[in-house]
Amino acid sequence: MTNLTDDHYVDSAPYDANAETSAPAHPDLDAPNWLLIWRKFRRHKLGLISAVFLAISYLMMPFAGFIAPYTPNERNADHLYAAPQMVHFFHEGKFIGPFVYPETATADLEQFRWVYTSDYDHPAKLEFFCKGGTHYFLGFIKTDRHLFCAPEGATVFLWGADRLGRDVFSRIFYGGQLSLTVGLIGITVSFVLGISIGGIAGYFGGWIDWVVNRIIEVLRSIPELPLWLALSAAVPSHWGPVAVFFIISIILGLLDWPGLARAVRSKFLSLREEEFVRAAEMMGAKPSRIIRKHLLPNFASHLIASAMLSIPAMILGETALSFLGLGLRAPAVSWGVMLNDAQNLASIEIYPWTAIPMLPVIFVVLAFNFLGDGLRDSLDPYSHD
Amino acid sequence: MNSQETPLLQVRDLAIGFGSGEPLIRDINFDVSRGETLALVGESGSGKTQTCRAILRILPKAARIHSGSVLLNSETGDIDLIAMSERKLRDIRGNLISMIFQEPMHSLSPLHRVGAQVSEVLCLHRGHSKRSAKEIVLQAFERVGFPEPEQVYRSYPFELSGGMRQRAMIAMAMVAKPDLLIADEPTTALDVTTQAQVLGLIRDLQQETGMAVILVTHDLGVVANCADKVVVMRNGRIMESGPVATVLDNPVHGYTQKLIAAAPSIPHEAEPTCTRVVRDPILQLENISKSFDLRGGSFLSKSTIIKAVRGVNITVERGGTFAIVGESGSGKSTVAQIALGARTSDAGGIIRFWPKAGEPPIEVQTLSPPEKRNFQRQAQMVFQDPFSSLSPRMQVIDILTEPLEIHQIGTRLERKDRAIELLEQVGLDPSMLRRYPHAFSGGQRQRLSIARALALNPSLLVCDEPTSALDLSVQMQVLELLEEIRDNLGLSYLFISHDLAVVSRIADEVAVMRRGQIVEQAAPDVLFTAPKHPYTKALIAACLEPSMDQKVDLEAVAIGAGNPDTWPESFRFTGMQAPDLVESEPGHFVRVQL
Repeated sequence: MTNLTDDHYVDSAPYDANAETSAPAHPDLDAPNWLLIWRKFRRHKLGLISAVFLAISYLMMPFAGFIAPYTPNERNADHLYAAPQMVHFFHEGKFIGPFVYPETATADLEQFRWVYTSDYDHPAKLEFFCKGGTHYFLGFIKTDRHLFCAPEGATVFLWGADRLGRDVFSRIFYGGQLSLTVGLIGITVSFVLGISIGGIAGYFGGWIDWVVNRIIEVLRSIPELPLWLALSAAVPSHWGPVAVFFIISIILGLLDWPGLARAVRSKFLSLREEEFVRAAEMMGAKPSRIIRKHLLPNFASHLIASAMLSIPAMILGETALSFLGLGLRAPAVSWGVMLNDAQNLASIEIYPWTAIPMLPVIFVVLAFNFLGDGLRDSLDPYSHD
Repeated sequence: MNSQETPLLQVRDLAIGFGSGEPLIRDINFDVSRGETLALVGESGSGKTQTCRAILRILPKAARIHSGSVLLNSETGDIDLIAMSERKLRDIRGNLISMIFQEPMHSLSPLHRVGAQVSEVLCLHRGHSKRSAKEIVLQAFERVGFPEPEQVYRSYPFELSGGMRQRAMIAMAMVAKPDLLIADEPTTALDVTTQAQVLGLIRDLQQETGMAVILVTHDLGVVANCADKVVVMRNGRIMESGPVATVLDNPVHGYTQKLIAAAPSIPHEAEPTCTRVVRDPILQLENISKSFDLRGGSFLSKSTIIKAVRGVNITVERGGTFAIVGESGSGKSTVAQIALGARTSDAGGIIRFWPKAGEPPIEVQTLSPPEKRNFQRQAQMVFQDPFSSLSPRMQVIDILTEPLEIHQIGTRLERKDRAIELLEQVGLDPSMLRRYPHAFSGGQRQRLSIARALALNPSLLVCDEPTSALDLSVQMQVLELLEEIRDNLGLSYLFISHDLAVVSRIADEVAVMRRGQIVEQAAPDVLFTAPKHPYTKALIAACLEPSMDQKVDLEAVAIGAGNPDTWPESFRFTGMQAPDLVESEPGHFVRVQL
């Protein structure tokens, strides 16, 4: 520090006048976009946990038949409404590996319900890589091997059994296959429609924009649930479960696109005003190139986030429709179909485990919301908070 | 100055950091006495704004004050603003200390009437009733120069222009008669003439009320004209501080010297004019007009027609620079876009472009799409905002090779070589090819933007305010670069700017625009030394220079910067009617009634 006169202060640290001519000013921002997003997303703990949870859920889908001890429509007439069974390891203080106590049903004719008594003297050891009902491993390898199953004479209902004696645990895995894919197919339909219609409206503007906006407003003003009901009711009843499944996902997608189209349109409008788009126009780039090279990359990440936030709506939509008996129908298994069985309040009170399929719905929807939230926060890696 | 008196505000060893890291701003010490103006000067990122925000403790959430004290001398003795509780601080904000922000657009709530917002301060801090507050506010409005205070009181912010809003903000800051006014770049977003007037107003008010002012600015010209003391900041530290006359006339620190050297100025003496004999035009605009159709939302509502440009004729010489100067809304950018064919002129306008000397010109307006692409190869544009003109998702190499790709020139390898060559041409390191634009500073990004415009080997560059978003020292470097490229590659420029000082350096001919029309046009040395039109005079007078003996002549500014129908009679516009542009001397055109 140098004080020349009373008030005149001059810093004495060395000073290099030509320090900043060619070195990048913010080397920390000098990375591809995905890396910057990842760095920021990593700090969003809830989103990260959700992403892991969803990844595991989706990865398990092809192996559902292998993990589940039973096939979805396998009935155990002797174990209607069987209560959840515990897996034990110690029998009379001795470790003997995972086992269950076999249960037998007796009808309680006074309260008119099934009562199960466990046979604590004969522990039934679980078998691994055992033979059970046939299923398709990875969807195309026909096999009857399961990860685990109960030995002869015993059952393994981890989360209980339903009205027809079907294993709730196994059915949740099978149900996930449909319930989780409904969202993906629906979002694909919604994306194709939303991006193309919103993009056209945003890029060309004028009367096209006006017409699209009015259509969106009309669609948005129709109450959603009755419209779903009407559309699903129109699905012919003789169609197979797979056809119904596809048509339901497409219906969900058809009703979801207006929101996305609006988002795309407004993003397009604002990006069009950016100078780099004007610069490309002045270089002589054609509209298709501008959309592909300049507009889409700049809001692709935004789209992914909004997709993450739309999938739960689809999953809930499927659940709601199936719950009301208008979506998927047995023998197809989805979480909504399972909940349809749990419509009777009295049976939920006596057999609360029939409502367990609500849990995966809640967890998956929450996870998608957290993930979408985390992505939205980390999408613009250049903004500082 | 009485050195015995305790200063009004003493900042001691202030250190501010972001997040958990080391403090980025440290060792900040300065005093402000009553009735004194202190200027905090620095480039963007120097920490000047955060420093003055720390005084009021309105820092962003991530920022933390590590240490230091800010002592405010009030009636009850010294109070430390850093240690004070948030509740007590609220009494000080707006009452003892007021603040004016840079962006007058965002600092007034759009939903409330201006008068109500200004009187709120009085109701909150002084316990005035609405009626008594209104009286005081009306007086304040009159004081800050509103001709009809009552009308302003009732209007909404969007009804006022930028300068008017900043006046309203000043009135708001002043009504509570604060001891200290903090003005954070109060004039950066304003036109030069408005800037001079707003600064004059702050100075007058200060003399009247005896308050202290902290003026945050990047412009040494503002400092020379307004401040008593100056603090020069860089990278969060004070480089030099002291009385204005000492620091500006005898700068000791290298950085201060560099800042002063970089400040653009207008020549005061005519240099010998090199007479241009050969007229070899490259671009000629003839009778260009542009009206915009303002529509209210949908195609069902009625439209109003705005004439943004009226009857502009200009000729750009090959190898020369033609500059258009004007305030925002004068139509200068529209002319630039029309010149490149990005917009069409109204009927009757002709644009001629001579690709090579002596060849017949092509008419830009009537080109077919393939011909137009061919024209775009030869005429490119450099944009104003270096942050929005480069796509954040593209690497430097993609940005630089894109023009070549669009026009299908060369193989991938050849394009890459060209990109390297371009980087070297604009003074950047070829190792930057794989980097993303966000890694670069504003000046570096503007260099990239220039490199991209050069990629197709154009013969004409249209520069739309290429330096106005940059710090002063960087501005100078970019201007030097543009000059160097022009001379090396034989380019011609159409240069758009609001800043006469920038133009004085680079242009061979200057046209001053106002309300869509050229009001004066001449070679720069003629224009700056012998301006004829009151508006040109106002622009020149409003230029602030970093030297103590060039003070702003507010009277000249006031005459020329007013409405065109208040100009002296021979220059006056009446409604849409304006005098003709006449050649008063060879090469010197003025819009005047003879």
